[in-house]
Amino acid sequence: MIEIAEVVVVILVATLRAGTPLVLAALGELIAEKSGVLNLGVEGMMLVGAVAAIIATLGTGSYMLGALAGTLAGIAMALVFGLLTLSLRANQVAAGLALTIFGLGLSAFLGLAYRDRPLDGLKPLAVPGLSDIPVIGPLLFGHDVFVYFSLALFAAVAWFLARTRGGLVLKAVGEAPEAAHALGHDVLAVRYLATAFGGATAGLAGAYLTLVYTPMWADQMTAGRGWIALALVVFATWKPGRVLLGAYLFGGVTIAQLHLQAQGVAVSSHILAMLPYVATILVLVLIARDATRIKLNAPAALGKPFEPGR
Amino acid sequence: MRLRLEARTETARWLVVATPLLAAALTLASGIVMFAALGYDPAKALTSFFIKPIENVYGLTELAVKATPLLLCALGLAVGFRGGVWNIGAEGQLTMGAVAAGGLALAFHGEEPGWLMPAMVLAGALGGAAWAAIPAFLRARFNTNEILTSLMLTYVAVQFLGYLVHGPWRNPQGFNFPQSRDFGEAAIIPLLMEGTRLHLGVILAGLAVFAAWLLLDRSHLGFQIRVSGSAPRAAAYAGYPVSRIVWAGFLAGGAMAGLAGMMEAAGPIGKLQPLISPGYGFAAIIVAFLGRLNAFGILLASLLVALLYLGGETAQIDLKVPPAVTGVFQGLLLFFLLGSDFLTRYRVKLVRRAAAS
Repeated sequence: MIEIAEVVVVILVATLRAGTPLVLAALGELIAEKSGVLNLGVEGMMLVGAVAAIIATLGTGSYMLGALAGTLAGIAMALVFGLLTLSLRANQVAAGLALTIFGLGLSAFLGLAYRDRPLDGLKPLAVPGLSDIPVIGPLLFGHDVFVYFSLALFAAVAWFLARTRGGLVLKAVGEAPEAAHALGHDVLAVRYLATAFGGATAGLAGAYLTLVYTPMWADQMTAGRGWIALALVVFATWKPGRVLLGAYLFGGVTIAQLHLQAQGVAVSSHILAMLPYVATILVLVLIARDATRIKLNAPAALGKPFEPGR
Repeated sequence: MRLRLEARTETARWLVVATPLLAAALTLASGIVMFAALGYDPAKALTSFFIKPIENVYGLTELAVKATPLLLCALGLAVGFRGGVWNIGAEGQLTMGAVAAGGLALAFHGEEPGWLMPAMVLAGALGGAAWAAIPAFLRARFNTNEILTSLMLTYVAVQFLGYLVHGPWRNPQGFNFPQSRDFGEAAIIPLLMEGTRLHLGVILAGLAVFAAWLLLDRSHLGFQIRVSGSAPRAAAYAGYPVSRIVWAGFLAGGAMAGLAGMMEAAGPIGKLQPLISPGYGFAAIIVAFLGRLNAFGILLASLLVALLYLGGETAQIDLKVPPAVTGVFQGLLLFFLLGSDFLTRYRVKLVRRAAAS
């Protein structure tokens, strides 16, 4: 009985860890999309954030500065996207793809000298006394800072969207930019801020990968997590609670897949590695069948450039 | 004085051609800045990036060999992009084309029947099209976002190829290396020029330019695709079924990418291995946009992006510049193109402050 409980705890903790980068990246993209900006460059922002974080941490020895560097790198990438799509009104789909391609190249370029330099990795918190309590200890008090931060961020985003004036403005800009403009809100400024926020959390999600999850740098180490985060926002029909649920669901699939591999299941590791991607497709199909729900919840101006005076 | 923007009602033809050139020039300029900032001699770096790779006949043939998969993928993608169908999974479709054609090559290894090569061409196109049919079906039937599904399927395809070359298709005499047997002679595309890697597929790719031009600019389906992309509501009033546009875009894109994969496996590579393409399927997105979704424009764009690949290899040998610079250049190129597109849609005017208020 105790052993089963222990195994369950280990799996739950691992699931939480695997879901955390998705929570971070998807919450940021959720805010960006709520403002009407579809940024398909999440994968690229994550990669650049990941490499910036490990370079900063290897250079300074500080995980805090690493996380900060990752966040700032993500913001810088998002601002390039903002400049193209908001100021220069470029097609958001094309610009997002460009951002991902650029991020792939830039991160591989910057990370070249850091490929064989693993970090110790940020350790989980150890609260004296509390972390040692069986079951509850590791579940509540045994995580690293990022996990707690992602949960706090979730609460903040949910509160911001549902309860604040700023959230209302954000949603207005995403639903009816002309009306928001007429009311005197600066549509472009709101969208720039939302885009930058998306970049910040994507960069931080990347930092989580290189500083905590697999403390090292490898080319394309995000392995599609940025795209899965984008899929999660659709899956969640733009609701933060469902983003959280979906992220841990995917974390669970990833962990299940790794556990099966470790157990030596007689299925090729390559086949098992397909699981998260296949699961994403299945979930997208299931949610897309309910077309009205997507239509009702998707920000009405998603992906459309705002052109005042037209 | 301040800047004022005016929307253009019509875009001049010369601007459509000039902006990709402007984007290329700006990419070159940022290349100079980047190399200088990294402490390389910019003149030397640019020479070894853009001139040295193509200063002899062998270099030119290599350019054609690298441009072929880019050209094929981008032509197929253009069919979808013109219709607003976002197939970004060409890399996966390319992989599955290589798997289908490679499977045939391995199945008839040692028998070398005369029909093997045409059958492989067909298998490559079908394999890619079949993989592209999944997102097409999901989009047409369930309205599932094709961007995400086609991309996810790329990861699945690459894992599938990895499974095959690590498992059932691994060369039994290959010292456990994850790769298949070398293809037999009948399963290798004939060379056009001895001593180079220039193969017959290059000619096929050239023919594909004309085929794509006919489809895109001279056929009724091409017209329907164009209208659906630029004016979806007009297309709806005209009664063009969305599903036809989706299917056309994906099947064309998948078949062409599959063909590209077949040509890589049965051409320069000559076997199956875990990676068939260094991101040709993604770079082809840039090629398609840079070529303005026009068949002949794409031909020129594929040569430029192929040069970036070649230049990356030369610069790596000459100056120890990491080959990832190629990816940076590709991203910059698309950034500058999208940015300069602004000029095709707006006129920037300097007006006196007094007049403006």
